[in-house]
Amino acid sequence: MFGRLTWSAIPFDQPIPLITSLVVMLALGGLAFWVWRKGWWPYLWHEYITSTDHKKIGIMYIVLGLLMLVRGFADAIMMRAQQSLAIGASQGYLPPEHYNQIFSAHGTIMIFFVAMPLVIGFMNFVVPLQLGVRDVAFPTLNNVSFWLSASGALLVNLSLVLGEFARTGWLAFPPLSEKAFSPGVGVDYYLVALQISGVGTVLTGVNFVTTILKIRAPGMSYLRMPVFCWTALASNLLIIAAFPVLTVSLALLMLDRYLGFHFFTNDGGGNSMLYMNLIWVWGHPEVYILVLPAFGIYSEVAATFSGKPLFGYRSMVFATLFICIVSFMVWLHHFFTMGAGADVNAVFGIASMIIGIPTGVKIYNWLFTMYGGRVRFTVPVHYLIGFMLLFVGGGLTGVLLAIPPVDFVVHNSLFLVAHFHHVIIPGVVFAIMAGYTYWFPKAFGFTLDERLGKAVFWCWFIGFNLAFMPLYVLGFWGATRRLQHISDPSWAPWLNTAFVGAAIIGLGIVLTVVQLLYSIKTRDQRRDVSGDPWDGRTLEWLTLSPPPHYNFAVLPDVHGEEAYWTRKQTAIREEKLIAEPDYQPIEMPVNTPTGVVVAFFATVCGFAIIWYIWWLAILGLIGAFAIFVWYAWRDEHEHIIPVEEVMANARERRRIRMEHLHTVSQST
Amino acid sequence: MRRIGVGLPLTLLFASCNRGILDPVGPVAAQEKQILINSTAIMLAIIIPTMIATVAFAWWFRRGNPKAEYRPDWEYSGAIEMVVWGIPILTIMLLAGITWIGSHDLEPSRPLKSNVRPLKVEVVSLDWKWLFIYPDQGIATVNQLVVPAGTPVSYRLTSATVWNVFWVPQMGSMIYTMPRMTTRLNLQADRQGSFDGLSGHFSGDGFPGMQFKVQSVPREQFAAWTQGAHGSGQVLDARGYAELSKPSSYVPPTTYGTVAPGLFDAIVANRAPANPVPPPEHNRPLPGSKA
Repeated sequence: MFGRLTWSAIPFDQPIPLITSLVVMLALGGLAFWVWRKGWWPYLWHEYITSTDHKKIGIMYIVLGLLMLVRGFADAIMMRAQQSLAIGASQGYLPPEHYNQIFSAHGTIMIFFVAMPLVIGFMNFVVPLQLGVRDVAFPTLNNVSFWLSASGALLVNLSLVLGEFARTGWLAFPPLSEKAFSPGVGVDYYLVALQISGVGTVLTGVNFVTTILKIRAPGMSYLRMPVFCWTALASNLLIIAAFPVLTVSLALLMLDRYLGFHFFTNDGGGNSMLYMNLIWVWGHPEVYILVLPAFGIYSEVAATFSGKPLFGYRSMVFATLFICIVSFMVWLHHFFTMGAGADVNAVFGIASMIIGIPTGVKIYNWLFTMYGGRVRFTVPVHYLIGFMLLFVGGGLTGVLLAIPPVDFVVHNSLFLVAHFHHVIIPGVVFAIMAGYTYWFPKAFGFTLDERLGKAVFWCWFIGFNLAFMPLYVLGFWGATRRLQHISDPSWAPWLNTAFVGAAIIGLGIVLTVVQLLYSIKTRDQRRDVSGDPWDGRTLEWLTLSPPPHYNFAVLPDVHGEEAYWTRKQTAIREEKLIAEPDYQPIEMPVNTPTGVVVAFFATVCGFAIIWYIWWLAILGLIGAFAIFVWYAWRDEHEHIIPVEEVMANARERRRIRMEHLHTVSQST
Repeated sequence: MRRIGVGLPLTLLFASCNRGILDPVGPVAAQEKQILINSTAIMLAIIIPTMIATVAFAWWFRRGNPKAEYRPDWEYSGAIEMVVWGIPILTIMLLAGITWIGSHDLEPSRPLKSNVRPLKVEVVSLDWKWLFIYPDQGIATVNQLVVPAGTPVSYRLTSATVWNVFWVPQMGSMIYTMPRMTTRLNLQADRQGSFDGLSGHFSGDGFPGMQFKVQSVPREQFAAWTQGAHGSGQVLDARGYAELSKPSSYVPPTTYGTVAPGLFDAIVANRAPANPVPPPEHNRPLPGSKA
């Protein structure tokens, strides 16, 4: 009846996951109850859960990403604590079977359920606004994408209390991940969760490529798109090309595990090298899926806060697309030590270094964007400069790893661990924090506290250096990754420094929460009435903060590369706004429960597959399919926003803009 | 006096441990360290000025600086574009040359140049220990690799279970050991002494205990050791191998005086007795998940 699922699935003998999950469940239950008492469920249901508004979906993605960041960080600090404690005679507080789950979960969660939702969240929120349009190409699909990602995240976290998570590392290399060596449910949780969230990610890719290629404001030609939109386009093209490879590799492994196939097994003619190649054909572009939009965020921040257009816009676009293509030609550098031969290794090594060229150009272009500007040292600029200082170092160690003879002595060591955190934390996490501060007022109509924001930055900056620079040293000393126990006591000072660094990052995460709560409390003093708190240059700053559901009363007419800046300067020069346009009623897509219901059935189906409850898996599949059929037969697609409402909002915005214009022209 | 006060603990800190890849004991490791240092130096020559410029530009062009010239529309300069593309391209061209030559010189399967005939060693990663077979000497060891100093060693490697990486940081290149496949590696230790070896690829619950010692001894001593070991001690036949391949970790060094001929090839071909039919203890499911 319940397949492999029995009472013994709950880890009664392991207090850490048990108590953690109890506390989390109590907290979530309490939160749900509090929201119910406040009477907010209908609001959440209509405004967020079933919303087809790209901005609301973007915010939900970001909330998901930040929540999962806390989970991923908890794993990180537990690993650092274990490695600080389990030295020499001591075995620490985590037995191998638990420690191995933690590092696997840390990697899986940080990439799939932190970095991806955050990056996709920003693309959702920002891209349609920057393109000057009202929504993405497929609004319902967008909602489905989000809920499928959330479904995957839920399954991964469920493994904490029911069964176990993978103990194989975040890429689940066979043969270790084959049924023969990992018979438990851990790898199945990993595979099923990633398959479900992967569907959501591919749908996002399709959605955004279509949006950027087909739906733009009048006059918004390709070479007038903000760089963030270009990077989003490149990133989504990579998603469409790379994620199906992931789906296939995981599907082949599932066939091995569930149906006794022999793709990657040791016997029956299987070959585990195939999986290594396939997974990295996805895995390397994945890095650029994350980092390209991050580069886009830095480009926006650099231009806005330097009060100048981005230096070398075309160069930047070219560099982005160049990285997009070359990133598919370098996957082999993840396993130079497999013995593929000198020619193969050298070609892939050189291809990997070539990516350093456009990346270097980008650094110089941000540098020259600041040159001749009036740089305002806001929180996003702190992250930008912190990133530029650190990322060149991460690039250096990356190029070292791309040189096969050097890779032969640092591969898979803590040097590697330090390297990829050195590019992902300053490259992606800093960008996310910069973007969070930058676009928060657009999303909620008030700014975040500046002082606390800077404190958070310094926690990340100092914490990062303390946590990861020692790992480079240990890597040189011959420390490999994923060690549950350390034999050499002389590593202790470096491991303890790394622990302190992680704790400082933890303080930064706590301060982020404090900053949010404090900013909400004092929101009346930090209202963004103008809709343009940073003197922005792109179209999202043209509309109100927060923007109405339809974003723009009339789609803006774009002249020149910096759509909003050009328009703002004309208005300031002529001391008047453009003539009031002819307002029309607006058609917007209706809300839909499709996403959340499909994701519910997908979760049920996934859970049933993990535990071999076949009847439930079939029910889940039927349920998900039925929802699609029901959705396809719907009658109502759109609702009309009456012209009076559009006009009222637009006139209010014009009034604010006129006031603003008077202040600007008086001050200059 | 003060210098000693600071220096002494530091010396102790460094002396009490090996210094991994920064303290090479053979030609491969020495060349790899040299490439590491050269490439780092080349890149630092570009990166340090860039870092300084980042801070300098940001600070000089801060909003409050009246001396800085504000050029709100300056967004393109062909000359600067040339330079910013040129610098990374030239750097990468230089490094690409190093990569091409280095990859060929230090290709792990390539025999080392030497007048001395290489010693053959066959390496098998087991759950969770290392088996070293000396085919020409007819002996084998577990978690202890004895090599003659100054003699090239030609390794053939495979795995009897999951993937691992054979890695002796001070000797140089590491390489995967993979089931049903053979990889090749050529290394040499010139210095005598004892060096740490380990697995560099996560392989399951006993992974941290998969360490071994490399003893680099003079040639005569090596010959004496093989002769002493030959024929004495335990026997690595079908039964001995079946016993050995049971999962265990932190295994103390053992020597086998007799080895079944062709054992390595049998393991590669999955013919060896008690071979990869994986022991149930490998990643035994947690109490929860009854498989």
